[in-house]
Parts: sequence; structure tokens; C-alpha cells
Amino acid sequence: MSAAETVFKPGSYKTDLKPVWCPGCGDFGVLNALYRAMAKLQLEPWNTVVISGIGCSSRLPGYVATYGFNSVHGRALTLATGTKLARPETTVIAVGGDGDGMAIGGNHLMHACRRNLDVTYILMDNEIYGLTKGQTAPTTPTGDKTKSSFWGNPEPAVDPVELAIATGATFVARGFSGDMKMLTELIQRGIEHHGFSFINVLSPCVTWRGEAQYGIIKEKLHKVPEDHDVTSREAAMRFTREKDVVTEGVLYEVQQPTIGDQIKAIREKAQGGKPAPDTKEILKTFYPAI
Amino acid sequence: MRMVIKGNGAVAHAVRLARPQVISAYPITPQTSIIEGIASMVAEGKIDARFIKVESEHSALAGCIAAESAGARTFTATSAQGLALMHEVIHWAAGARLPIVLANVNRAMAPGWSIWTDQTDSLSQRDTGWMQVYCQSAQEVVDSVIQAYKVSERVLLPTMVILDAFFLSHTYEDVEVPEPGLVDGFLPPLDLPQKMDLEHPAALGNLVFPDRYMEFRRKMDLAHQVALGVWDEVGREWGELTGRPYGLVEQYRMDDAELVLVTAATTASTARVVIDALRDEGVAAGLLRLRVFRPFPADLIRTILADRKKVVILDRNCSFGHHGIFHQEIKSALYELPAGQQPEMHGVIAGLGGRDVTVEDLRGMLMGVWEGRITKPVTWWNVLEAKGAETGAVAMG
Repeated sequence: MSAAETVFKPGSYKTDLKPVWCPGCGDFGVLNALYRAMAKLQLEPWNTVVISGIGCSSRLPGYVATYGFNSVHGRALTLATGTKLARPETTVIAVGGDGDGMAIGGNHLMHACRRNLDVTYILMDNEIYGLTKGQTAPTTPTGDKTKSSFWGNPEPAVDPVELAIATGATFVARGFSGDMKMLTELIQRGIEHHGFSFINVLSPCVTWRGEAQYGIIKEKLHKVPEDHDVTSREAAMRFTREKDVVTEGVLYEVQQPTIGDQIKAIREKAQGGKPAPDTKEILKTFYPAI
Repeated sequence: MRMVIKGNGAVAHAVRLARPQVISAYPITPQTSIIEGIASMVAEGKIDARFIKVESEHSALAGCIAAESAGARTFTATSAQGLALMHEVIHWAAGARLPIVLANVNRAMAPGWSIWTDQTDSLSQRDTGWMQVYCQSAQEVVDSVIQAYKVSERVLLPTMVILDAFFLSHTYEDVEVPEPGLVDGFLPPLDLPQKMDLEHPAALGNLVFPDRYMEFRRKMDLAHQVALGVWDEVGREWGELTGRPYGLVEQYRMDDAELVLVTAATTASTARVVIDALRDEGVAAGLLRLRVFRPFPADLIRTILADRKKVVILDRNCSFGHHGIFHQEIKSALYELPAGQQPEMHGVIAGLGGRDVTVEDLRGMLMGVWEGRITKPVTWWNVLEAKGAETGAVAMG
């Protein structure tokens, strides 16, 4: 790809790296939806940053021809915060798995949400630790047998969507890696949204949770009702902790100032309309009178 | 009972025999199969313990700290980034004088991402007050984990039992796994002198003012000095029970050795082959393997290395801006020798990020030093030197 290229196709964002994911992994669907959403928005690779933590899904930045950062366990959102505040003109997309985002990096989601950081966070939720080969994650349903819970998982699972709505995300959606059309739209809308966009993507791990996951999710899948009021937190919460159904679509979307907007406003207020002061002039006021 | 198990399996079996009551861990490659093995044993009722799979390594060790404070024997395992994430509470465990045992599978630190062996992760925790034991075989792993509980609980300091990623963690060996009765006789149940106790309520973790803080630290340092003798004694006692005695260090063909290789962990097994070959060729070579690294047996090492002609110290680690870490420590230990007894010392940094250290590599470094071809104090072994590296101009590439 070159700067001279004016029209980006989904394939324009591919890199030479071949994904290391298992055949049938849900993350292929997420990657392809991301390519398509980026092409629809004509995102310039040189103004786009994809940031991840650690996990199977956190390999994704390597497969996207933009700036990328495969960072440390659980810290995708902290790096995304730094990147967005330092370079507000860039489109920042954070990606990762449920282990990365809900367990080791769990506390960062709350702060990205409440700050309304203008970043899109795609959580590839397979309900298991895949890279370390099949242990219980915070999203693993209660009672499921895993390599770390032989008699069944004794813990209740977290619904990341509920967490995001509760802690202040201004765009919250649920998608499925087996529904490319909807997922592409959700990612596109998430990136377009001014504020923190959280997209929980059910992305089956065929190796550690079995291929049946696709069928199980598909059977439960239905679109969010057309009359759903996306500006109502209360209404959105009805689509969390679902057991017998999986509701896909935009569940919550409101407009609120982002942390970037707030910082900018404070700066302008502090400057009182005057140009930024010269540090040397300020220092002079501390010099002793000689 | 003889079993064919890998290094990680050896940890799990030793933990089973030590009968901990609380095990708290988070998966990370290449440690994961340790806690998977333990989780299975707990599920099968072979270990009567609470197994908590927490949400990060920091929480894993914090869980052990709390359980141990309440008087329970605990265990956790980790590797590289996980150990680094624990760092804050690593200090806590030692400062609170809790005899926790942790298995760390040596793995290189990121970036660049690596899952292969390198000692810089555990050596970065050198100054936390933990004891550290480096193992060379799955047998030594079993024996060291059990000994670690005994020593830790005697001196009230935590121990890190350390094994190489993959070379040891994932290779299978014929291992003698002791019978539970034998270990029960060797390792009595934990009885902490101070613990959370409803009958005797006390607050833990209080603010300590400058008039007392130093005294607590002094006691930690004294406990380390005492621990040197305890490791020696416990290693001997284990030998009487099992026929496998352990010391603070291991010496191989050292009696009349003039050329000595000092190293730790699995490289030592490769080294023995090279030492034998050099001996056949008439070079008086010997091996000094570091085992207990904290507390550091400085006096013993000084005595062993005094009057040798040349010493090669192989570090699978680096303290950037200075030497390999074992090299630094040994140099400082030998400083007290009179000039006439000082050997010529050369540090070699090799095998970082899991790069293999072969028989040819070891022969190359030993003979290079012996024949005077290697003269520099520190050599980076078999590394591609980029143009401009010597001026520091090349950052990455």
C-alpha cells in the first residue's frame, strides 16, 4: 500500500503475516469485519493505530497494515489512552480477548468507559483462555468444565456488555463473528462514534470450547428489536446477562463529551483566550530580585 | 516411585507431597502445565487444598500472602511477565516473612515477545528478600521444592524454585518421586509463630516509622545468613533420606581444575559433557554449578575458586550497562582474595531468549579463554553485531 493509493479496499489493510489462529477460529471473522469496516470508512493506515494486549486475539494488530502495538498482558486500553491523548487526530482501535480485558486487565475497562475515551474497543469473547490452552476465564459460564475446573467452573461469569454500560461507555454493541454483515456495521458505527465504543464479539474458540459453539450461538442469536431505545441505559441493560438468547446489535448509544474534549475545554478555560504562556517568562517571576 | 515426568510435572508432584492448603495461580506459558497438573490433582482429591484461579499474577501471590498470613501452607507458580507483575507483592511476601514457595519458569522478558528461557526475569527479583534456587533436572526440581518448604519455614523467608523454560519445564525425565510418608516425616505441618488468629487479634501491615523500619530489614538480612547453613543442613538431611544429597553449589571434576566454568540450571548438564571431553584432551577443566543463589554462598565460592587459573562465568542473563549478573556477584565475592590467589575471570553472556547453548559453544568459550583468544572481561557469545553497535548507534534491527 502506498500514500498514493486513494481508495482502500478491505484487502488493502492486509499484511504479509498469515494469522496463526486455529482453522475455524472466530477471530478470522472479526479480522475480516474490521478490514471491511476500515475500507467503508476509508481509514488512512498512517492515521490509524491498532493496539492489543496478550492472547490469541491480541495477535490481530500484526495482521492489519496500520500502526500496531502488541503490548503486555491486559494493558491494551492503557496504551490506547496514551496514544489517543498524545495523538488525538488518530483513529485508535483497541482489540483483545476476554481473558486479557476482563481478567488481568479488567480494571482498565472501567476507566476507559467512565472517561469516555474516544477509542473503539473490540473484545473477542470466546469464554476461555485460548493461548494458555483452555483454562477458565471470567466469561466462562458457571459449571463448564475446563482444564482448570475439572468439576465445573464454580464462579459466576461476567457479562462485559453489562460492565461497559454500567461504567459509562457511550456506545455499546454485541456482535457475533459468524455474522459478518452485522459485525462490519457494528465496527463501522463504533469507529464513527465520538466517545468510547465497546463491541463485545462472541468469537468462538473451536479448539478449547468446540465447533458446536457456532451452532449454539446461531440458534440463540436474534437482532435487537427495532423499537429499542438505544439512549436508555435501563432498556440496554435488559439485553445483558442473557441465557437463552443472544441479542446482537447496538444496545446503547449516547453523545457525551470525551476525555479529550474535557481536557481541551479545561485548557481553553485556563488560558482565558490568551495564547499559551512562555515558560521562560513564567520562570522569570521566580528569580530573586537582585 | 519412579515416574517419567517433565519439569513442570515434577513441580506439581512435589507440591502434592508438600501438602499445601491454598494454591493460587494464573496461567502463563511455559508455567501453565504446573498449575494444570495441580488443578487436576486437587480435582482428583490427591491434594487437599483450595485451588484458586485468580485474575492475574499480582492477585495470585496476594492470595498466597493472605492465606499464609492465616497460617496455611501455600504455593504459586509463574513466569517472566507474570513474575514482573507480581513484583510489588514479591517484596511484601519477603518483608512479611511469609515462607511461601513459588516456582518460576525462567522465560525471557518482552519486548520482543519471547516464551523461551532466559534468567533475567528471576534475577530481576534478586533484591526482594526471596531465596532463589536454580535447578538443572526434573529430579532436582522435585527435591528442591520439598526442601524449599522446609528451609523457608525454618527461616521465615519465601523461596523461588527456578527452572528453565522448555529445556526443563517441558522435557521428560525418569524421576524418583518420593513416597508421601517419607516427605511427611521430613516436612512437618506448618506452624507459623505469628499468624492471623481470632484468639489473638493483631493488625498486619502497619506503618513502620523510621525508628523501626531498619530493624525489620536487618532481621531479614540475618535470616538470609542463617538460611545458608539451613540449606546446607536440609540438603544433607534429604540426602540421608533419599540418597540424593544437595549442597549450595555443585562441583564437577573440580579437585585439580585449573579452568573452571561457572553456570547454573540446565546448561550445567551440557557442560559436564564438555568438561569430560576437555579432560580427555588433557585440559584440567571443572564445573561449578550455582544452585542456591539467594542467600549467596560467597565464602564457599571464594574458597572453591581461589588459586584456579582461569574462570569462565556463563550468564543466561544480563544487567544492561554492566555484566552478566552471576559474573558480577562472583567477581565481588572474589575481590577479598589476595592478588596471588585471584583467578583470571571472563564473563560470557549466552543463550538469551532461549538460544541454544551447545557443546560446541561451551567448548568454544572455555578453550577461547584457556588459549588466550578471549581476553575481554565480558563477551556476548555468538551474537550478530550490527554495524555501529560498538558506538551504541544501533538501537534495534
